[in-house]
Amino acid sequence: MLFHPAIMALLLADALTLILLLPAGLFALRLLRHWDLNSGSARQIRLERQTYLVATVLGFVFAVQLVSLLLLVFTADRLAVQFVGAMCAVGTFNVNPFGFPALFLKLALFFLASAWLFMNHVDNRAPDYPLTRVKYGLLLVVLPVAALAAVVQVRYFLGLQADVITSCCGSLFSGEKTVTAELAGMPPLQAMIGFYSVLGATVLGGLFALWRRRGALVFSALSAVAFPVAIAAVIAFLSLYIYEHPHHHCPFCLLKAEYGYVGYLVYLPLFVASALGVALGVTLPFARAATLQPIMTRITPRVVAMATSLFMLCMVLFTWFSWRSNLVLLG
Amino acid sequence: MRHWIARQRYLIDYTVAALARRMAKNAGLVAVYTALVFVIASVLLYSHALKREAGYLLQGAPEVVLQKLTAGRHDLVPADYVEKLQGIRGVRSVQGRLWGYYFDPLASANFTVMVPPDRVIPSGSIVIGEGIARTRGAAEGDVIAMRGSNGALILLRVAEILPRESNIVTADLFLVGEADFRALFSITPGLYTDVVLSVAQPREVRTIAEKVLLVLPDTRPVLREEILRTYEAVFDWREGIVLMLLVGAGLAFVILAWEKASGLSADEQREIGVLKALGWETGDVLTMKLWEGALVSGFAFLAGFSLAYWHVFTFSAPLFAPVLKGWSVLYPDFRLTPAVDGLQLASLFLFTVVPYVAATLVPVWRAAVTDPDRVMR
Amino acid sequence: MTDAFIELRGVRKAYNEGLPNQFWAVDGVDLMLERGRVTLLTGPSGSGKTTLLTLLGCLARPTEGRVRVAGQDVSSLPERFLTEQRRHNFGFVFQQFNLIRGLSVLDNVMLPAFPLAPPHGALRARALQLLGELGLAHRSDARVEWLSGGEAQRTAIARALINDPPVVIADEPTANLDTHLSKAFLAIVERLKDEGRTVILSSHDALVAEASIVDRIVSLRDGKVVG
Repeated sequence: MLFHPAIMALLLADALTLILLLPAGLFALRLLRHWDLNSGSARQIRLERQTYLVATVLGFVFAVQLVSLLLLVFTADRLAVQFVGAMCAVGTFNVNPFGFPALFLKLALFFLASAWLFMNHVDNRAPDYPLTRVKYGLLLVVLPVAALAAVVQVRYFLGLQADVITSCCGSLFSGEKTVTAELAGMPPLQAMIGFYSVLGATVLGGLFALWRRRGALVFSALSAVAFPVAIAAVIAFLSLYIYEHPHHHCPFCLLKAEYGYVGYLVYLPLFVASALGVALGVTLPFARAATLQPIMTRITPRVVAMATSLFMLCMVLFTWFSWRSNLVLLG
Repeated sequence: MRHWIARQRYLIDYTVAALARRMAKNAGLVAVYTALVFVIASVLLYSHALKREAGYLLQGAPEVVLQKLTAGRHDLVPADYVEKLQGIRGVRSVQGRLWGYYFDPLASANFTVMVPPDRVIPSGSIVIGEGIARTRGAAEGDVIAMRGSNGALILLRVAEILPRESNIVTADLFLVGEADFRALFSITPGLYTDVVLSVAQPREVRTIAEKVLLVLPDTRPVLREEILRTYEAVFDWREGIVLMLLVGAGLAFVILAWEKASGLSADEQREIGVLKALGWETGDVLTMKLWEGALVSGFAFLAGFSLAYWHVFTFSAPLFAPVLKGWSVLYPDFRLTPAVDGLQLASLFLFTVVPYVAATLVPVWRAAVTDPDRVMR
Repeated sequence: MTDAFIELRGVRKAYNEGLPNQFWAVDGVDLMLERGRVTLLTGPSGSGKTTLLTLLGCLARPTEGRVRVAGQDVSSLPERFLTEQRRHNFGFVFQQFNLIRGLSVLDNVMLPAFPLAPPHGALRARALQLLGELGLAHRSDARVEWLSGGEAQRTAIARALINDPPVVIADEPTANLDTHLSKAFLAIVERLKDEGRTVILSSHDALVAEASIVDRIVSLRDGKVVG
């Protein structure tokens, strides 16, 4: 199904991402070999200049992947009508085994890119480029993930064959194979317990880190866990409450107009909070240089505070939507 | 954060002034950029609107259309099939349809002749679509002569011309009464062109289609949902082909953008060198140049999209319509309902702005890393 | 220990590094410049004057050696921080003036402060004040293409002073001026010195070399200090 415009756009976005990241990866290898801050040689100056380009490329990749993530979800939703049994995006992703992995890889890329950008931001604040080596090591992780994401996405699209009338004489009515339109969700009560305990622990961890100025790493680990837990919670109970339907588990339909675009309201704080937590967690263990201490002392509390308040907002929103719904799941 | 915003405002200030100073130089690029956005947006808007129309129209279509096949060829359905179908559980109503194609040598076109299910047309009268009225020059009250399959001429008076608004489906439509239809095509009573079913539970439609096949093995049930899927797929595919054809143009645009961004005049290079020497660092110059790209892109995107919207919804896209609508002699003359959606905008953004930014990233960076001491040499 | 504001130790700068035509523009310079003094760099063309100016003013990094400004080592600072140093400590007046065409005098003067994003009203007021001190207030809205040589130079000086730097560096300031304007320039330098600023000039001009306000003359030849 490669001639669909949105699919072409997605493939183009991935192609451009790779075209820009590959030289960046090569540059990372060169930098890791020759970087020497104390040298005033022409090569060092050239390397320093090139770091600006890589940072710009990563910013571009991040923005493009964000648009592309949303486009993938909406395209999957729009294409659902072409597959028997697919009611919405979930069905489309289930058409072949590469659908959900393509989505997950894009998410991974999003988090990796945001972590890199955060690390870059911190690195630039110190006069001696303390995180540069780690940063470019991280880039060498981003690159294969991006390549894998692109390949899986292509494989997914190649495997999309619409269930259309293929013959003028046949009576196929494509009834034989149907796509699983359902996402299995956990039992609602368990999911609620899991959600509130994990998110609650994360918020408490954040508040503790702010009060005692310690344990930010623990908070980061918790925020990394909070993300999948929250998504599972959306699937298990929040979507049911929002759609007021006991079997509609789709986490994507929330983003549509008919539900008032509440998906954005729920996902935005979740994504930002998790991205911040993960970024901090990726940066902190390497931020040992003396020049970074004053910077981290300033930045860490701000990041933790922002992430904690966003997680709290998440919990409030989940509770609000569950409370207000006309559907009764428990009791 | 406030500082960051203030800094952006200063940089945008400078960028706008710089763009204004070099308006002539940038005009060519902006024109090409806008044209590209215009073309792609037109294609996207038009297809999307067509798909929506098709979707709306099909909503009123019957859930199952049953055709009889003899040796893989379409054949007429005997009336007793209708009774057998009525006996299947889950089928809410069954109706035989009479319709066919009439080739009119005068217009060199096929008309779709049909007995309408919801009204009775008196013998000797017809109701025609606007396309037929146009090509035959017929008005209400005129008489049209049709040649029946037995060679005899049948005269029919135009009682009504179908409204323009329904052109997309009625342009070539020719509605007659049952008796006139059977006379025209020599179809004996007791035979129908096909049969339409409506089912009580739309979700059960595939199960019911299977049951139909058991009862009537020489028929072919066509499901509405299949038609919908096929239409969507065909329109998508057509759109995709047209966009593929634009790859050449897209590539040329990207190369142009690269060239423009790389080909800094001595004047511009000196200007950046001066800024660097005055205390602007590479990051500031990069940001400024990226704002330049953003402003150019924003303008081209808005202008191109607005022009495309106007082109498609006011003028019905005369430039692309034939490819996207499909081949026909009697083109319906219709206006599409304006529709914009996020998917299109995102796709458009990825097709135009993203390649532009990607093409200019390296040249912009190269300009921004000018040595600050260059201006002293 | 003298009150050296700018200190160079063993500084060398190469161009075309690694290529067969590599050459050392500055080849082993030790220099200590005191605060509040006017220093003149002289020497034939090719002696490394301009390069030395760029090294003194944090416009470039030395290939070898150490540069200290106000006690802080700037030799291996990455560009971001070097630029910050430069913004705070140095103001430049170029030989060609290098005003941005198409912008007004006032806009040109405010330009170096843009990345610092100060409140706009305060910045504008300061720029107008500087122009007023230099007798250019009436030309603040004029396009720089319409300025005379002397007015252009005074605009360049105002621009150099917008961030209130303790050091002002001027490269061949009298090269494009007649005697009368050259003397006017030297009067401005005297005012800068009275304000407590450090001034570094590079010039061929005998008029400048013989000026009374010059505290020290440094002669260069082949990238080395000879006097």
